[in-house]
Amino acid sequence: MASLVGSRVERKEDKRFLTGKGRYTADINLANQTYAVFIRSPHARAKIKKIDTSKALKSSGVVDILTGEHIATDKIGGLIAGWAIRSEDGSEMKCPANPPLAKDSVNFVGDPVAVVFAESLDEAKAAAELVKIDYKVLKAVTSLADTMNSEAIHDGIDKNLCYDWLLGDRQKVKDAFDKADKIIKLDITNNRLIPNAMEPRACVIDYNTASEEITCYTTSQNPHLSRLIMSAFGGVAPENKLRVVAPDVGGGFGSKINLYNEEIVCSWAAKKIERPIKWVAERTESFLTDTHGRDHITHAELAVTNDGKFLGFKNETIANLGAYARVFGTVTPTYLFGPCATGVYVMPAAYSNVKAVYTNTAPVDAYRGAGRPEATYTIERIVDKAAIELGMDPIEIRMKNFPTEFPFKQTLVHQIDSGDYVAGLNKAKEMSDYDGFAARKKDSESRGKLRGIGVTTYFEACGIAPSPVVMMLGCGVGLWESAEVRFNPTGQVTVYTGSHSHGQSHQTTFAQITADELGVPIENIDIVHGDTDKGTFGMGTYGSRSLTVGGIAIVNACKKIVAKGKRIAAKMLEASEDDVEFKDGEYVVAKSNKKKTIGEVAFASYLPGVRDEVKSPLPEGDEPGLIESSFFDPANFSFPAGSHIAEVEVDPETGNVRLDKYTAVDDFGTIVNPTIVEGQVHGGLAQGIGQALTENAEYDESGQLITASYMDYTMPRADNFPEFNLGFTCTKATTNPLGVKGCGEAGAIAAPPTVMNAVINALGGREIQMPATAEKVWKACQQNKKSNSEAA
Amino acid sequence: MKKVSLEINGKKVTKEIPEHTTLSTLLRDILNLTGTHIGCDTSQCGACVVHVDGKSIKSCTALALELDGSKVTTIEGLATNGKMHPMQEAFKKLHGLQCGFCTPGMVMSAVDLLKNKKNPSDTEIRDWLEGNICRCTGYQNIVAAVKEAASKM
Repeated sequence: MASLVGSRVERKEDKRFLTGKGRYTADINLANQTYAVFIRSPHARAKIKKIDTSKALKSSGVVDILTGEHIATDKIGGLIAGWAIRSEDGSEMKCPANPPLAKDSVNFVGDPVAVVFAESLDEAKAAAELVKIDYKVLKAVTSLADTMNSEAIHDGIDKNLCYDWLLGDRQKVKDAFDKADKIIKLDITNNRLIPNAMEPRACVIDYNTASEEITCYTTSQNPHLSRLIMSAFGGVAPENKLRVVAPDVGGGFGSKINLYNEEIVCSWAAKKIERPIKWVAERTESFLTDTHGRDHITHAELAVTNDGKFLGFKNETIANLGAYARVFGTVTPTYLFGPCATGVYVMPAAYSNVKAVYTNTAPVDAYRGAGRPEATYTIERIVDKAAIELGMDPIEIRMKNFPTEFPFKQTLVHQIDSGDYVAGLNKAKEMSDYDGFAARKKDSESRGKLRGIGVTTYFEACGIAPSPVVMMLGCGVGLWESAEVRFNPTGQVTVYTGSHSHGQSHQTTFAQITADELGVPIENIDIVHGDTDKGTFGMGTYGSRSLTVGGIAIVNACKKIVAKGKRIAAKMLEASEDDVEFKDGEYVVAKSNKKKTIGEVAFASYLPGVRDEVKSPLPEGDEPGLIESSFFDPANFSFPAGSHIAEVEVDPETGNVRLDKYTAVDDFGTIVNPTIVEGQVHGGLAQGIGQALTENAEYDESGQLITASYMDYTMPRADNFPEFNLGFTCTKATTNPLGVKGCGEAGAIAAPPTVMNAVINALGGREIQMPATAEKVWKACQQNKKSNSEAA
Repeated sequence: MKKVSLEINGKKVTKEIPEHTTLSTLLRDILNLTGTHIGCDTSQCGACVVHVDGKSIKSCTALALELDGSKVTTIEGLATNGKMHPMQEAFKKLHGLQCGFCTPGMVMSAVDLLKNKKNPSDTEIRDWLEGNICRCTGYQNIVAAVKEAASKM
């Protein structure tokens, strides 16, 4: 039987999506359901003086209206930060309470204050208009640079500072800088983004009055975690009375990691009103209240020798947490960011210092790449600047500082098990026809255009897991993953995974690895996920961890199945276990033609009595059935890496940037399904290029989000991109049996510096901040013209 | 409430609906044809694209009453006798979808493109699909799928 790992198996999930039979949360309707509409703060910062629901309660179709007062009375807890980060001085981080419905104060536009339940959506909306809320409006804190000098938003949180964190050794860095020939300095912003999964968030809640069980259908990347938080911190119901189902989920990108206010409120309220509840976000609600991403201001310095060797690196960053710290809010700008800021280079000394602050904006949390795009942008921009200042080629300076031996102990935290950065960059150089750039530039210039080329080499730490490590760093839970593999008596296999697919293709990839392990046709394998009532507790999908953690749990459970099957087969075949070999779904006795298929063995495992010639097939000590589970906790993160090269053409008359060529060469170790992996790279690139060229979440001074619709927030469209040119190198991960590395975030990590280095190259080295909109680029072209004419 | 009569995926449908009912609301909430998705509220994302009298439109901003007497095809009506349309087949073959949420609108839009242009170039495909936002695929495999479908139709 040919191995399925490595082959382009067509996706098992596609038929239902292509024929309109996908089942997303908003597609679910329950008999007798009510419709929820949330009333949200129109102010970025205000005290709630009074809420008057009397008129609204009399409005047609209204079932109930609940406020922060009700939720406080019922002692329902709020949203939490998942990671405890300590400041450099050893003090604990400072987090404000984040109640599901605001009672005393609101802290960003969109903060929910009350909720209306009515017989129809129209009636709920009409009643929401009648709820009167008196606010005392306060001055909003929205400028990231000024936040620490502004009035404190939350009581007891001085300077709006959550923590002032340090990773690395300041003295060593100082010593390195003292020895440097040159110090390269860079000030950058990492623009705020809105993840914008195409499916808006939603939840549908059922309350069973007989069993007192709550079922919450929701748009989540990790239903088990949502249930845990809703139960342990929200106190909505004990875990055994709470079922969370995340059916088909239309994209997440980090924005659906968090449990949100609406899920807690509706789950609590369904029990209160004893009716099912349906809530579906409108797109503007998603813009206002989904967690946002990025939003850093960074000052970085790189100490170099005249011949381009790196000696030391400083990274001073202010990170915006928004109004509240959420699940990955505090770790994203620290452990997911700081360690990766030295990039793929041998860097004798480095530190990352991050001040995370609260502002009156939507909470900022993990967004595809989470911390690693910000880190990669910092180092790859400053390395390019170093090349410019030293008069070196951007590829040459990178090659000069790559590690050549693996495992490579990266400066700040990570022990990188495997990689070959030289091979990756050489391949990208060749595939992109780097050497032909000068001719293409000349051609562009002959048409009055500017052309620039940009290079990035990156590594990232993903497959977020090793529980002992993450818990030592402050994570509130372990980040293992679970799997259960059930062989049914009649031969099909059902795999239960704690990972969750919201586009990642688990139904296919996980079936491929299961088919290989068990020798069962892929058609006979079902992957079940997304329902806390089906399968064991799992940690969910984010940080490119599904395959490297969840997939390996499946492999390990399969190995247990094969081992138990072997004991049974040996008994059935009246052979010694040592003489039985398992291959391609069959147990074969060495040097004989005696064999049993794994299906026959599975069937027999459920029939432990005497049957025909088979005396009980179960060896002594084995229980009936063929069901095994595994919890996999890897020894380390996985470390994908790669080199990307982009070319842009800039029209100096309009400032328009056209991305002309994009080459990505990535090393994801073993690739299970090349088609799916390519798709992940394409999608990541689109988001990364979006950050570089078009996307920007913008708040005005009063804290109004002025990019709260697709009319204002520039989502990348089909005509923004060229055809991407992808290549792969492979060094297998040594920390898991498949040799796989995470692939989901690479594009979003590598693309922003790649494209910006190209744009800045086209602008003759003049720096601009992301996104490189036509306006900014045009202004830079004008400045260049002016300084050129002054020089002449 | 007013009466509206439409032919939807080949079946005659008559319903009493509030006057402000959009076509997408009629399809999703009244007829339970939930394959048509709502991804925004500004007629920008294209997840709600269906065909009305053979032309692609954004059903979230069309009033059902104004379409009285029209023939509507949704993603549920694209396959014939259980066999997927060549566009659906091509999306499956070339991995033109990931989370699947934008997919129904994307497919309906692409089918209409091929009615207008038999063998569109990459640029023409990207230009046509400008009104359909996909956050997962980076559009590359969608463009490839449309070309594949064009070659099969």
